[in-house]
Amino acid sequence: MSLPLLIVQVLNGLQLGLLLFLIAAGLTLVFGVMNFINLAHGVQYMLGAYLAVAFYSVTGTFLGALALALAAALAIGLALEFAVFRHLYGRDHLDQVIATFGIILFIGEAVKFVWGAAPLSLPIPDAFAGAVQLMPGAIYPVWRLVIIASGLVTAAALYGFVAYTRIGMLVRAGAADAAMVSALGVDIRRLFMIVFGFGTMLAGFAGIMIAPILSVEPGMGDTVLILAFVVIVTGGIGSIRGAFAAALLIGLVDTLGRSFAVDLMRLVMAPSPARTVGPALASMLIYLVMALVLYVRPAGLFPARGR
Amino acid sequence: MRAFAGSLRKTRKLDLIPLLILTAFALVPAAARFGAEAHVIALVTRVMIFAIAALGLDLIVGYGGLISFGHAAFVGLGAYAVGILGVHGMTEGLVALVAGLVTAVLFALATGTVCLHSQGAYFIMITLAFGQMAYFTATSLAPYGGDDGLTIEARNTILGAPVLRSDGALYYAALACLATSYLACRALVRSRFGRVLRAARENPVRVATLGFDVFRFQLVAYAISGALGGLSGFLLANATNFVSPAYMSWQRSGELIIMVLLGGMGRLHGAIIGAAVFVLMEEWLSDLTEHWKMIFGPFLVLVVLFARGGLIGLGEHVVRSLRRG
Repeated sequence: MSLPLLIVQVLNGLQLGLLLFLIAAGLTLVFGVMNFINLAHGVQYMLGAYLAVAFYSVTGTFLGALALALAAALAIGLALEFAVFRHLYGRDHLDQVIATFGIILFIGEAVKFVWGAAPLSLPIPDAFAGAVQLMPGAIYPVWRLVIIASGLVTAAALYGFVAYTRIGMLVRAGAADAAMVSALGVDIRRLFMIVFGFGTMLAGFAGIMIAPILSVEPGMGDTVLILAFVVIVTGGIGSIRGAFAAALLIGLVDTLGRSFAVDLMRLVMAPSPARTVGPALASMLIYLVMALVLYVRPAGLFPARGR
Repeated sequence: MRAFAGSLRKTRKLDLIPLLILTAFALVPAAARFGAEAHVIALVTRVMIFAIAALGLDLIVGYGGLISFGHAAFVGLGAYAVGILGVHGMTEGLVALVAGLVTAVLFALATGTVCLHSQGAYFIMITLAFGQMAYFTATSLAPYGGDDGLTIEARNTILGAPVLRSDGALYYAALACLATSYLACRALVRSRFGRVLRAARENPVRVATLGFDVFRFQLVAYAISGALGGLSGFLLANATNFVSPAYMSWQRSGELIIMVLLGGMGRLHGAIIGAAVFVLMEEWLSDLTEHWKMIFGPFLVLVVLFARGGLIGLGEHVVRSLRRG
């Protein structure tokens, strides 16, 4: 375990954490404000990546693909909200889980139908290709730094939006007590649509940004969805601050766990069992963290509701 | 009083449906003689195996109000007991079954103790987390196939005799397990235990005030539900001669929830109907097109939006409106 390797892995952890934050931010708001469990949120992330690939082949520039894919992701999200989700807001969590599971099945398969099951790829924009040397022995790809930077900028913008604008105030109020906000005369349906569209775009944005360094394939939304749920539950449902803290925690724990678990296990056991136990423990680590956090604080790190 | 008599009559009438379902299962092998026998037997065996797991899930989801999103883990534990013991040369079914059930119950007690501290959405997510832990443990079991899963050389023997070798025998074994599980669950939900469980779903605080330890009732229900999952896994491993981590994936857990909701939750035979509809639709649609999920997904959305109470609820609604004319 050398210092350069540690720095690189910490950056990787940050990058994963910020990516998870982009996805979890929308999920936690939709969950917190509308009390709606949207399993189909991972699909929005996947669609973002696919749409970016599709629009890149049309426009030929990453920026063009980004703009068009964001718009298309928003349009698809709002269409889903209009056709299905808005009929589920008052319903049981179980109904929401099943219906959004159905949407995962549909869109996952539709993506295979349109683009095929084989993984696709998106080239890294020329300006950000290559790598920089952070210190002797630590080389880091520029695009990953771009993801980190854009994640931080988005997080700051989101914080400003939620903390200092009128709509942000309504969103916070909605997460604390949606019925009361509605009773005070706020058009809660419009608020729901804004929150939903916003969350959809953030997930799509995450998918677009990750597409150049990840293979774009039909199952990519599922893994990230589960991670995003771990993040929002650990952070406290409905809390942007909680999602940010938990996303970084989960991203770092997962990445560092995966890279150093075998080494750590070798301190306490023979190399051969360490090679088996290490990776298993590493995959489980974030779930252990979540179970531990929930055991100590059943409503997550930063509960949004003042109960 | 009239309402009470009405509900009595209703209970008696509804008992006819489970009886019909089980009879139909018993007659399938005879009817299958005229068609593609082996295929039909294997398919309906699969239906009954998932019906057992769905029954167990309905016990906690439908009656306990506890939405477990990690239930496939129990099925996986039952299946892995068969696979792992098989690798070590132990092919006795009763040993594998007991090992699977004990593992499933212990896992349920350990995880249930943590999960049941959380409510609502948090419960859903933490059961999901434990399901994922079981899944990743299975993928890391390198000596037992890891990611790729484990082929089981031969089906379990029962008391040394290879009675499960024939598909027909396995079919009736699965049917016997399903019927026993159904009757046991039915007795359970009608007992004092079941009433406390249902009451705790409606209002846990009030039940606690009456002097019941809600947590203990829920934990026992969770363990029973896990045991049924283990039983289902034992049969599944024997039916497919294969176990893999995919048995424990969160999608599998989602499918089990779908089965419960599809038939109509909170009525045990609903879980059986749901399992049958799910497995048969999957089979039929995937014959029709490779992209069957594009049809099944919207079907689920429609069921949730328009058929409250699942297919049974829909059926009752139709019957009621026909009667009214």
